[in-house]
Formats: sequence, C-alpha cells, structure tokens
Amino acid sequence: MVRVIVDGTPVDVPPGSSALQACEAAGKEIPRFCYHERLSVAGNCRMCLVEVARAPKPVASCGFPVADGMQIFTDTEVVRRARRAVMEFLLINHPLDCPICDQGGECDLQDQAYGYGSGVSRYKEDKRAVTDKDLGPLVKTVMTRCIQCTRCVRFSTEVAGTPELGLVSRGENAEITTYVEKALTSELSGNLIDVCPVGALTAKPSAFHARSWEYKKTDSIDVMDALGTNIQVQARGGEVMRIVPRVNDDVNEEWLSDKGRFSIDGLKRKRLDRPWVRVHGKISSVSWKDALIALARRFDGVPGDRIGAIAGDLCDAESLCAIKDLLQSLGSSNLDCRQDGAWYDTSARAGYLFNSDISGIDQADALLLVGTMPRHEAPVLNARIRKRFVDAGRGGFPIGMIGTPSADMTYDVTVLGNGPDVLADILSGKNAFAEVLQNAKNPMIIVGHSALTRRDAPAIYAACRELAHACGAVTPEWQGLNILHTAASRVGALDLGFLPGPQGCDAASMLRGGVEILWLLGADDVQLDRIPPETFVVYLGHHGDAAAQRADIILPGAAYTEKPGTYVNMAGRVQRAFRAVFAPGEAREDWRIIRAFSEVLGHTLPYDTLEQLRAHMAQVNPVFAMNGGSAQRLAGTTGGQAAPASGQAGELMPAPFRPVIQDYYQTNVISRASQTMAECSKVYGVAPAVAAE
Amino acid sequence: MLADKDRIFTNLYGQNDWRLEAARKRGDWANTADILAKGRDAIIAEMKASGLRGRGGAGFPTGLKWSFMPKQSDGRPHYLVINGDESEPGTCKDREVMRHEPHKLIESALIASFAMGAHASYIYIRGEFCREAERLQAAIDEAYAAGLLGKNAAGSGWDFDFRIHRGAGAYICGEETALLESLEGKKGQPRMKPPFPAGVGLYGCPTTVNNVESIAVTSTIMRRGAAWFAGLGRPNNAGSKLMAISGHVNTPCVFEEELGVPLKDIIEKHGGGVRGGWDNLLAVIPGGCSVPLLPKSVCETVLMDYDSLRAEHSGLGTACMIVMDRSTDIIKAIARFSKFFKHESCGQCTPCREGTGWMMRMMDRMVQGRADIEEIDLLEQVTRQVEGHTICALGDAAAWPIQGLIRHFRPEMEERIRQYKAAYGSTGLVQVPAGGVPAAVE
Amino acid sequence: MSTAWTPAEQPDSFVFDSASEAEIAGVLSKYPEERKASAVMPLLYIAQRQMGRVTGSAWVPVVAMDVIAQRLGMAAMRVYEVASFYTMFNTRPIGRYHLQVCTTTPCWLRGSDDVVEACQKATGIQHFGETSADGLFTMTEVECLGACANAPILQVDDDFYEDMNAERTAKVIAELRAGRRPTPGPMIDRNVSAPEGGRKTLLSSSTADQE
Ligand SMILES: Cc1cc2nc3c(=O)[nH]c(=O)nc-3n(C[C@H](O)[C@H](O)[C@H](O)COP(=O)(O)O)c2cc1C
Ligand code: SF4
Ligand code: SF4
Ligand code: FES
Ligand code: FES
Repeated sequence: MVRVIVDGTPVDVPPGSSALQACEAAGKEIPRFCYHERLSVAGNCRMCLVEVARAPKPVASCGFPVADGMQIFTDTEVVRRARRAVMEFLLINHPLDCPICDQGGECDLQDQAYGYGSGVSRYKEDKRAVTDKDLGPLVKTVMTRCIQCTRCVRFSTEVAGTPELGLVSRGENAEITTYVEKALTSELSGNLIDVCPVGALTAKPSAFHARSWEYKKTDSIDVMDALGTNIQVQARGGEVMRIVPRVNDDVNEEWLSDKGRFSIDGLKRKRLDRPWVRVHGKISSVSWKDALIALARRFDGVPGDRIGAIAGDLCDAESLCAIKDLLQSLGSSNLDCRQDGAWYDTSARAGYLFNSDISGIDQADALLLVGTMPRHEAPVLNARIRKRFVDAGRGGFPIGMIGTPSADMTYDVTVLGNGPDVLADILSGKNAFAEVLQNAKNPMIIVGHSALTRRDAPAIYAACRELAHACGAVTPEWQGLNILHTAASRVGALDLGFLPGPQGCDAASMLRGGVEILWLLGADDVQLDRIPPETFVVYLGHHGDAAAQRADIILPGAAYTEKPGTYVNMAGRVQRAFRAVFAPGEAREDWRIIRAFSEVLGHTLPYDTLEQLRAHMAQVNPVFAMNGGSAQRLAGTTGGQAAPASGQAGELMPAPFRPVIQDYYQTNVISRASQTMAECSKVYGVAPAVAAE
Repeated sequence: MLADKDRIFTNLYGQNDWRLEAARKRGDWANTADILAKGRDAIIAEMKASGLRGRGGAGFPTGLKWSFMPKQSDGRPHYLVINGDESEPGTCKDREVMRHEPHKLIESALIASFAMGAHASYIYIRGEFCREAERLQAAIDEAYAAGLLGKNAAGSGWDFDFRIHRGAGAYICGEETALLESLEGKKGQPRMKPPFPAGVGLYGCPTTVNNVESIAVTSTIMRRGAAWFAGLGRPNNAGSKLMAISGHVNTPCVFEEELGVPLKDIIEKHGGGVRGGWDNLLAVIPGGCSVPLLPKSVCETVLMDYDSLRAEHSGLGTACMIVMDRSTDIIKAIARFSKFFKHESCGQCTPCREGTGWMMRMMDRMVQGRADIEEIDLLEQVTRQVEGHTICALGDAAAWPIQGLIRHFRPEMEERIRQYKAAYGSTGLVQVPAGGVPAAVE
Repeated sequence: MSTAWTPAEQPDSFVFDSASEAEIAGVLSKYPEERKASAVMPLLYIAQRQMGRVTGSAWVPVVAMDVIAQRLGMAAMRVYEVASFYTMFNTRPIGRYHLQVCTTTPCWLRGSDDVVEACQKATGIQHFGETSADGLFTMTEVECLGACANAPILQVDDDFYEDMNAERTAKVIAELRAGRRPTPGPMIDRNVSAPEGGRKTLLSSSTADQE
C-alpha cells in the first residue's frame, strides 16, 4: 500500500492507483467527465484537476499516479478556480437546452455546472453548431451537446471491440463521428448512452418519452440471454420506459446488451391479455373461471403419462417449479426445458454450468470455443472475453475456435476447423492448439449449443471433458470447462430437474404425439408444425406468437418485468427479479395461474405464497436458497468428475457446426414483437460482420 | 560575438556541398568510433559538462535528459527520436541543418543514440519540408553505403539504424509526446505525463526526444570538448545557437550566434538593422511566437539567452526573432497567432479546444476595437484560465502572446476600442458565424 | 456517404499501382512488423500522390483509406482520424497545382496579403479552399512553413517559393499555367537563408567556399 495525504487526511491505496482514486478513498468527491472506471484514462476534460504538493501546476487526478507521501489538495482556491474555468469552457459552446434534453436530470454536465460552475456566462461569441450523426436505429445523437470526452470512442474501441466511432478533425472542429455515415454494428451500442456523460448520445427509441426523475425504478434480471445481466427497469404509469444495467462485477460489470435494453416496446405489442378457448376450431375469449374449468374438464380422465409440458427460454424458476409439481402430482414425468433439444451431462451440476463463473474469464490464459458464437449468444460475455484478450496483450490470450464465425468476434481467433473432428485432432495432439492448451495455466473450454444441440452432443461433450482433464482445465483450483447457455430459464430448469423422468417423453416425442395434452410454458421456439391435430395444446405465456396460434387454450401470463421471479444464470448464479409493472389486462403471474388451476383440478399445490413456493424450491434444490451466490459456492459444482470414456458416448460426426442464432435481434417472443428489434434486424441483416481493430 | 572559428554549422548556407565527401572535409565522421569508444557514461558526462540546453524551446539540459534513460535495457529497445517538426512561427533553423549539414546530424545521432543505448533513431520531419527530407534521405543512403550506419556503424561496434518519418501538417506534433503518437500512426494528440518518454516512449519503450539542433551539435562538442562549448555564452546559458531574424529588418536571415549577446547587436549585425532604423522599432518576439513580445525599451538592453529573457517575462524559445517596426498593427500581429493556435490545437483537452477559439474571437474583435474596455480584462482572465490547465504546453503557448500584448500594449488596445466607439457608437456585437469550414478542407 | 469531411463523389475502388507498391515496401521496412500502423501517414501520402499521378488531383478518397486500414491491420476509423487530423492530407479533390500561402505573422509582416491577392488575381479564386474554374489551382491558407527568414512563402505542391511579392507570385503562376515549374527557393538575390546581398558570417578561409 502507498500512503498519501488527501487534504491532510492520510489514506492507504494500492500502488498504481491514481490520485483520483486516492481522493475517493479519502471520501473526497472529484468531479470528472472523461474518466470512466472501465475505460482507459484519457485525461482530456480537465475537470478533475487537483493540487499536488511540489507540482508546478494543477494535475489531472484521474491520470496522475500516487507516490508514497504525496500530498493532494482538493479544496484550494487554485483547484476551485481550475474547476470553474473548465466548467466555463465546457459550457461556452454547449446549447444549454436542458429543458428539452433526454439526459436532463441525470446529466453530469448539468450537475457539475451547479456544483462547480460560476453560474454566469461571459461568452459573447457565436456558439458552435455540430451536425448530428445517424448511428442507426438505437442511438440518437445531438452532437452540439458533445463535450468531446471520447468516452464513446473508448467504449466502442476498447469494450465493444467495434471501433467505428472516432474523434475526427482537430481543435474546435473535432467531432465524434463514424466518418462514413453508417449504423454502429455492435450488440452493445446502447451502453454508449450510459457512458456519454451528457445528452449527446441518447436512446433513439425512447426519445422525448419521459424524464428520468419520473421513473419508478425496479431491480430485475435480463432474460434476453442466459448471462443474467443485472438490470433496473424504469417505469412510468405502468409502462416500462427504459431498462438500464446495474453494476455486478461477477456478471455483467456495468454493461447490457442491446436486445436487453431495446426490446421493451415488444413488451407492449402482441400481448395476451385475457384467456382464450378454442371451441370447434374457433378461438374465443373467456373469463379466467371458465378457462380453468374448461381446462380441468379436458384433463379429466386423461392419464398422467399422457400429459406433458415443455418450458420456453424466458421462464422464471417459480412457474417451472409449479408446473413440474402439478404434472408430477398427476403422475406425469413428461417434462422438458430444452426447446432446442440440447443434451447435457446432468449427472452433476458442473455438467451444465459455466463453471469458471463469468469472472473466471479474467483469469483464463487460453480459450477454446466449441460450437459457440458468444458475440451473438451473450454479447456482454463476449465483451468479457475481449477484455481478457486486450488485457493479456499480444499473444497473451490465444483463442481457438471450432466452428465458423458468423461475425467478427471482436478479438483474434484461430479457426481450427468447423466440425467436431478437430476435437479428436486436439486430443491426439495432431492439432497444434493442443500445445497451446497444454502450456496454459488456466485453459478454458467453452462449449456452446451449436455443439450441444446435435445428435453427437454426448460424444462432443465427452471429448471436451477428456480434453479438459488432459490439459488441466479441470483441477481442484480451476474449473475451466464451461457451457455457454442462450436461454435465461435453462439452468434454473435443470436445477429443478425439469427433464423427462425415466419413462417420460422428451420435447421431441411430446411434440410428435407422445402426449394427449401438451402444456407449453412460454415455449414458442419448438417445431409446432410437428404437433398432430389431436394433441390438445395449452399455452401459458405472454405473447401472441407462434405457439398461441396453435393453442387450444391460452392462459395469459406475465412477462419478466411483470412478476417477481428467480433466474439462474449460466454460471449457476441464483438471482431475483422484482415486479416493475403489472401484467396487462387479465394476465397474471404464471405460477399463480398454475396454482389456481391445481385447485380447480383438485390437486392443490402445497404453497399459496411466493415465500412458500421459494421455500419449496429450496427443498427441491438447495441452490435456490442461495440468492446471488456464485457457482463455486454451490453444491455439486466443485471438483471434477472422472471423465467418461469417449467410447461410451457415441461417435463424433463430421458435419460442421451451425450457428444457433441466425438473427441476433429476433430470438424470442419479446424481441420478435419489438419494432425496434425488427428495425435493427432490417438494418443489420442476418449476422452483422465488421472489421477487427 | 561568435567568431568563425567557433562555429559548429560551417555549411549553414550550403555554400559547400552537403554530401559525405565534403562533410568529411569539414570534419564530420572523422573519428566517430573513437568518440564511441569513450563509453556511454563519458559521453553523457561530457554533454552535461558542456552546459548544452535543449534547443527545441524548453531549454532542458541535454546531458541530464540523456541520463534519465535506463542504464540497462530491460529487454525493450531504446529509441532516440529527433524532433524536426519545426513549426513554431518564426522558427526556421533546423531546416538549414537538415538540408545543409545532414551528416553532422546523422553522425551526432549515432553518438547520442549510443550514449542512450539506442540502436535505432527516427527523425520526425514536418511534412512541408519535403525537399529537406529528400536531402537527408540521400545523406542517410550515402552513410549506409559507406558503412557509417547499419551494422557496426562507422566501425564503432554499435549497430545503428537511422530513419525518417514525415509529418503531415500539424504544429502540435512538435510537442514530444504528440510526436510519438504521430510516429506510432495516430493523431498527434499529446499524452499525459507521467509517464515520461524516458520510461514509456515510442512503442512503449524508453525514448528520448531531442531537437534537431540539440543533437546536431553533439559531434562537435565531443570533438572540441565540453570546456570549449561551455566557454561560449554565459554561465547557465552556454554555447552558440542557431538563430533567425524575420519580419521588419533589412536582411532577414538564419545564422549561428553566441548566447548572451545583446539582442540589439544581433539585429544590427545579422538583420542589417530595423527597417527604417532602430528608432522605428516597435517590438520583438525573441524566440518563436509562443514567447511574449518585448517592447522596444526592453530590446535596447536585453541579452539573447535563456535567463536574461526569462527575467523580462519572455523566453529564449527557439531564438528565432520576429521584429516588428512601428508600422505594425501589433494587435493584429498577435491576433494572427491566436488564429494559429486555434488552428493547431489538437482539440483534446477542454481549456485549449474551447479557449483557443474564444481567445481568437476576442482578439479578432480587439483588432477592430469592437469590444468593451473591460473585455480586455476578460481576455486576460481567459488566458489565465487556459494556462496551466491543459495536457500540453500549447495551451500555455496560446495564452502567453496575448498576456504579453496586454502587458505592454494595453493603451493601444483601449485606444482602438475608443476609436471604434467613436466611429460606430457602440460595440455593436455582430455575430460572426462560428465553426466555419472544417480544418481538413481549410 | 457524404459527411462534412467526405465529399459525395467518391471512387468505388482504389488499388495501389506498382510504383506505389514499390514505395510501400520501402516504407514498411522502416518500422517493426508489429508496429506497422506507423506507416499510416506514409501510405496516405503514397495514395495521395498516386491519385495526383493518375487523376491529376492529389487527394485521398475513403476507399483508399479503407485499403490502407486493411493493409496495416488497423480499424478504418483510425485511418479516417489520422487523415482528417493532418492538414496535408486532402480529403477532397484539389486542383493540379496546390497553392499554399503562408499567412502567419512573420509572412504577414512581409506582405503575404499581397501574395494572396496576386494568387486570387492570377487564378480567379475568391476564397481559401477553393479551386479555380479550370481545375488547375487550389488555394489554401497555411500556417508558418518554417522558412520565415525567407518570408513570405508560397508553397506550390512540395516546393517553397521564397521572398515572394505580388509580381513574383504572378510570374510563378504564369509559369505553372504554361506547364513549367520555376526553380524553387529565394526569388531575390540571396543564397538560401543567408542575408540578402551576401552572407555576413562563415567568411574566413576555413569555412568559406571550398571550391
Ligand atoms: C506545442 C509545442 C510545439 C513544439 N514544437 C517543437 C518543434 O517544432 N521542434 C522542437 O524541437 N521542439 C518542439 N517542442 C518542444 C518539444 O516538446 C520538446 O521539448 C523538444 O523537442 C525537446 O528537445 P530539446 O530538449 O532538445 O529542446 C514543442 C513543444 C510544444 C508544447
Ligand atoms: S458523444 Fe458523449 S461520450 Fe462521446 S465524446 Fe461526446 S460527450 Fe463524450
Ligand atoms: S493543450 Fe491543446 S494541443 Fe495540447 S493536448 Fe490540450 S488540446 Fe491538445
Ligand atoms: S476526469 Fe481527469 S481529465 Fe477528465
Ligand atoms: S510565417 Fe510563413 S514561413 Fe514562417
């Protein structure tokens, strides 16, 4: 530790800290614009100037390294004058259009002008006007408000890895632009809005809709992918107005994918807001009571093993648990949470988790991607891989890929081949990447659903597992064999055992007439056309998407923003979302619908409150008692099992891996209902590809 | 004043051939290997003893700067980067070294690089000096062909490569860290210091940046000895220095002169006197446009060296003087510099980006007199708000000339405003379109 | 594809010709392989010169920047930044002869206003940044060229014409129009930057002309 004295108070900070960090440690607030914890230091705004003893002039604290015994002064006349000066310079060319600015109320410039400015303008010359830029469907620009802090440039270059923004020209004429007018091709572009300290970059879809202080803010979890990004849902008048990320270094740091941020208009469109029943081929709306009674009648006399349920990708663990309990009470073990037909090693929790945890990526020193395209499957996780790649420096984090990249990965990858036979070559040492993994201290293998949804998934997984053991990716200290999920509900469902029992049908056979009554819990992404006409389909979900078309009974449920829910992310982290708004019309929280139905059916579930249900879940699997806990601390995740001999798992097949996501912006009922996402899909087409930095 | 026998740049005007053979006749490349054989420490000690101060403007002791380079390489290569950006208005001395004394520069670069453990040196030449770069390249080619560069350079046992990198129109690239950025293929935006180039410079490696002249005098100092060089000039202001005179003199020129000579003598001798005679003198900017001007009264007695000029709230800068006679609209002369700085600001940091434009617009009004008297104070305050608050010294450089103007010519500024008021009634602030044409097409 | 910096009319493609490729090979050998981004300014120059050779207008179109980015393994944006930062890269087409008049104070003190006026008169150009109707000349205002002892300076393409006035300016432009390049350097009786009328130093035998 280094001891520095801030305004007379000694503080100890780690060596390499900046003066600004030291001041923060001493509880002194230092105003800043360009400095951002997660970006490189630019030192250009000059707002953070402080005095340092023996320095001839004020120094920019954000970039000034501490030294032992250094004396920093944050509250002198020199510092106050410097801040006033910088504030005045920032404002002379600023439009001061706060009343109509979307950033109003959460603008650093506005706040700091009150705190540190002089309040009067002495600038009599003409103000500069800067033309606005078209950055695509998501980010709106009002460039005259820009203070050239370059946070956006650094974000897109460093974090997103899509270096399409720059500060061109120079001096007064310096402007943020893409130079050639083009839409930003990043799945993380919404974060630009958060990093921009002023109202130069704002959300295009929600422009002028509301002011930040009018929002009711609720903590929640993003379900657009399986990362479990911590979000805050901001609502007004019962409507979700905005979704922004919350900080969680173990999960999403402070980033949010564009789909997670901008799908919100999809929450208002195509909603199922009352129960429907199909009678003689004609669908008509009915009351809850009639719907549940009609459904109970249909259940009457059907043996349990002729009833089954498939769960979709957005489900909360509570409703999964409730439907499972109900079916089991009826004697059914026809349950499946794998719409995509994926195969997992469920003999232990480690078989289906991102075992290293997301933050484990920061320690990895070699990576093999097997049948996954993280940029589209989990953009924020992809940014974490990129961060590791950048931090490790040239050659410090070699990345091999088996599969064909459907877009620029934002980091260098060596494509080793496109099918699982490469795994055999690595195992035998024939492929040179074997050595890379062998030489790594913390090698990591990420297996994705391009691999796990194939018929030879067990063989692929077995090969990966063998490789992991052989190269030291699974040791008591390091868990480097990871599954990358795409469905937010999946790990929670697996933790609940939402899988066919020994005699049960899996999703495919349920769809092909294996059951008489098929309950689709938000499951729209299955092959609905396979379902024979005589199968009775119950759809419990929130959107009038594909499955509702086929359903014989529609029970309107709540979307993720409309219910308290538990989600387990791909790393096995149990996280809770709270209700931000109420579901529309007659729609209700899913588990309550199931609970109500169980009563009508005479198989009343043994819980009537959320607390009781959650206590029950914790009995089913103790992980559910560990809200927020990390994968490592949870039962069943530590320690590697013995690798199964690859022979037992069947043969590897030569066919190349095919991407699981064709169009990043259209992957579930909410994003498909979103006009914003449809616009993105149109602009970016399928699988955006850009040049690497 | 400097005698011919003590001149370092004996082919300053290219009156003789610049090529290797002729340069050898002038003494260049004579016993280079022997100089290197003295060893790194001895060379640096000699340079320190010579009292040489950086000729690029800041006047930092050269030998001391060299001693900041790590004694031992930690695996990273060391670099010497020579600053041939020469873009400070008024300054036109390094050009003569590059085109007329290229071998003196190349040989000195070898000696300096060896002293700092560098096997490679780049010289950054401003883009407009296209012919000068061609000339220097030809000399480099000659030196390679003669075994003076490359492996075992000049038989010294030291491998040394010397390469040219051309700028492309940006004054800011004369600032040493902006220069390094530019050399790395980026915009010329100065870096924050610390870290200093001696620790983290070109490509993240230990680097020293020196002015062309600072380097080029090395070979002669090593040959004739530190004592000889230190014997010229005044204490703490040692040696001879390339200087130039431009503006309102009878014979503008570049020349080498001893430090510590009266400014007036220099103008009389080299400049052939002020146009219209000494009494027609209004003011002199002694060392490139960044240093504050000197009114005639000061010019009568001041000596041309670092400390004497500092004592007059000015500076030696590049020692290239701009002379202005009484016909000069001094406000306009300084306002033109404000335009220069506004044009050349890299735009990175707030006070400079915003302040240079503000200062220029106010100065433009001062030229017309379209201002209020109190605005002179506001202008002065704005210069103080820029000064000392920026990443690099361009901000300071933009502020100082205006401060010098206000210090010495405030009555003229006030008079201009009164005249405007008399003619037009009030300041009648008419809005001038801001921004204008982007820099790239200007 | 038109922004404040990029003109709407852009060629669809750009390929370095063999003369340029030869230059590029030399340039790339100057920098460590993993630092080849250092070559971005030289390559922009090479592209600009090639455009001048081939089309008569030395400028860098966006496609050329993209080609350079690819060649040097840089993001295209970084090349755009560089091209727009340095004034010597022309991001719009220019005339065959680039008249660059220095108007900074030392040149202004010695009559750069006259040089500007003479350029205007001889070419018909009204303002800085414009190209003459015949496409022959573009006039640009430039900052100090580092030759103030020979002020005022008119730079034509890569050559400095020194100690200019209105009359000499008109003459230089007339020559250019006639397809001839006058010898650059001082336009009056002086040797480079030595005082007019003969140098006052370096007269003793050891330093005087050796020939
Ligand atoms: C805005 C600015 C422009 C500069 N331009 C030059 C220049 O053109 N040539 C130069 O040698 N030094 C220039 N310098 C000074 C350099 O930063 C640096 O101090 C110098 O090259 C060091 O060399 P020296 O120690 O040999 O003088 C400039 C500094 C600033 C702040
Ligand atoms: S757009 Fe915003 S983030 Fe980008 S430079 Fe301007 S103010 Fe900073
Ligand atoms: S002071 Fe001016 S030139 Fe220097 S870094 Fe700041 S903006 Fe750039
Ligand atoms: S926060 Fe330190 S300079 Fe901007
Ligand atoms: S001012 Fe024109 S060359 Fe220096």
